[in-house]
Amino acid sequence: MPVQVQGEVLSIRRVGAYFAMTVVAPGMAELTRPGHFVAVQVGGPESSMLLRRAFAIYDVKERGVYGGTVEFIFSVHGKGTAWLARRRPQDKLDLVGPLGKPFRLPAERVTATLVGGGYGSAPLLPLASLLRERGCRVDFVLGAGDQHRLFGQLDAKRIATSIEVTTDDGSSGRRGRVSDVLPELLDRTQSDVVYACGPMAMLRAVTEICSSRGIPCQVAVEESMACGIGVCMTCVLPVIGDDGKTRMLRSCVEGPVFLGDRVRWSDVGTIPEDVVGSITAQAGH
Amino acid sequence: MTELTVRKTEAAFTRPDVDLTTQLGSVTFPNPVFTASGCAAAGQELDQFFDVSQLGGIVTKSIMLAPRSGRATPRMAETPSGMLNSIGLQGPGIDAFLDKDLAWLAQRGARAVVSIAGGSVEDYAKLAAKLRGAKGLAMIEVNISCPNVEDRGQVFACDPGASAAVVQAVKRSAPTGVPVFAKLSPDVTDITEIAKACVDAGADGLSLINTLLGLVIDTDTMRPALGGITGGLSGPAIRPVAVRAVWQVRQALPDIPILGMGGIRTGLDALEFVLAGANAVSVGTTVFGDPRAPIRVLDELAVALAERGFSSVAEAVGLAHRPPEIRLPEGPDPVGDTLGDPAHDDEEQL
Repeated sequence: MPVQVQGEVLSIRRVGAYFAMTVVAPGMAELTRPGHFVAVQVGGPESSMLLRRAFAIYDVKERGVYGGTVEFIFSVHGKGTAWLARRRPQDKLDLVGPLGKPFRLPAERVTATLVGGGYGSAPLLPLASLLRERGCRVDFVLGAGDQHRLFGQLDAKRIATSIEVTTDDGSSGRRGRVSDVLPELLDRTQSDVVYACGPMAMLRAVTEICSSRGIPCQVAVEESMACGIGVCMTCVLPVIGDDGKTRMLRSCVEGPVFLGDRVRWSDVGTIPEDVVGSITAQAGH
Repeated sequence: MTELTVRKTEAAFTRPDVDLTTQLGSVTFPNPVFTASGCAAAGQELDQFFDVSQLGGIVTKSIMLAPRSGRATPRMAETPSGMLNSIGLQGPGIDAFLDKDLAWLAQRGARAVVSIAGGSVEDYAKLAAKLRGAKGLAMIEVNISCPNVEDRGQVFACDPGASAAVVQAVKRSAPTGVPVFAKLSPDVTDITEIAKACVDAGADGLSLINTLLGLVIDTDTMRPALGGITGGLSGPAIRPVAVRAVWQVRQALPDIPILGMGGIRTGLDALEFVLAGANAVSVGTTVFGDPRAPIRVLDELAVALAERGFSSVAEAVGLAHRPPEIRLPEGPDPVGDTLGDPAHDDEEQL
């Protein structure tokens, strides 16, 4: 169950191309699991930006000198995130969280490969720690456009058995995409499960690689959201259910974590004809 | 722990002693603040943030006869003080809605205002008939601002005849004793003409307003931002349009109950609607940014009414229409004397 909290910025720091923001948000940390996200009000109480910005939760501390804190990573995309980047310690920030369904953890000691694109690695790092605590082997693949857009390399190195890095421009690690190195890594480590978070195209590629090897993968999707709590119906994508039927599911409450092979990647952004309730060329709002 | 964090503020605040009950048709609601259709699903999600039974009513997302998947994404674009949406009435269909959503609201003790939407007059009649005997149903809101296949892609609410036909069909098959409100579109030349047609057809009240048709172009892709191309504009950006619609309809139809909505963010915004002639208000888009907004608006409205010396919300309904020669006294409690508010008199004696 999420809480709405008037938080206070504890710290904001630059991490490569991104910002890491820690907010004192009592009551939120103890409820948070890896994969949960937080929805942040931007622009202040008189803001002309009505919609919250959603970010995966990176780190939480249940207790501390300042009470419970949550930390999230963001990059400046527009006016809302630019405003957020200008916050300073002690500024007030209205947060709702934790939101969404977190990553499901394996019941047994397995070998897990975690694949993060850009700052999509943020929720994977606490997940990795949790998996290690449970005796799992963890290997990382981190990819980004360039070295400044990689996130969490040092953390990942500390936690994981191995780490592979790719960048589109070759400025760090191997030149290319995570999907270039993933097949070989999965075969080498005999990975039992894969967890991924990053851009939709990457998640699709990771899912295809896993499916061809029969490896279950959980992906945390990035869909644009208005409310983050399940009432606005904007963040839907076509997902196949246990009954084999496809429904337009809300990534904020039924996700953001989905089983990769249940998402109809080629149909994202459309209403497939065989979706429950589909009407071709329907209109209306 | 969760409960405490959320509920603590509610307990700390004592709402001023103002009679907030409001009459919509044959039903008296405990207070005049509702959710808005399409902005609260069926109440369950918001109940995590406040007790939804504390609101006047929960207006549920427009429900159709069959399950509906809605329009393609992207479905949302943020605009200055507003947003554009093209959801396309995604929903589970009336049967699943009755079994799950309405049953939950009834069990929760909330008053459900069920919004219905159809593609034809017959759809609406069937939907209304399905609501007979439904527990928890307090009112029906007829969303006639959705596109209509029988009327060549036009919106029912853009045509007085089509609007009247839907209202009449709903009234005929709806359960007796349940008020039927028609929700109108502001995208018309004269909203009072549509309002009158609905009332003549038997509408017990009017919901004003639905979203305005809008379009946003993404300057990066150089294409419309929404998958559905056009969408409905909502949020504080449309508030003056909504207040104008309420004002005009109140003037044209002095006795018809009005549920006003369009960009309400604060108690003062709600008061604007009430003064323009709304008997109750819906808080919609603001919920996306602030899930506790409806209950906060209710608290703020109560304070705003008390500060102005009102002892009930009913006294304030339509007060902005009073003739200019009636001057209200200046001061911190401006309307107290005019309304003979005892609280105000007490203050004078002190």
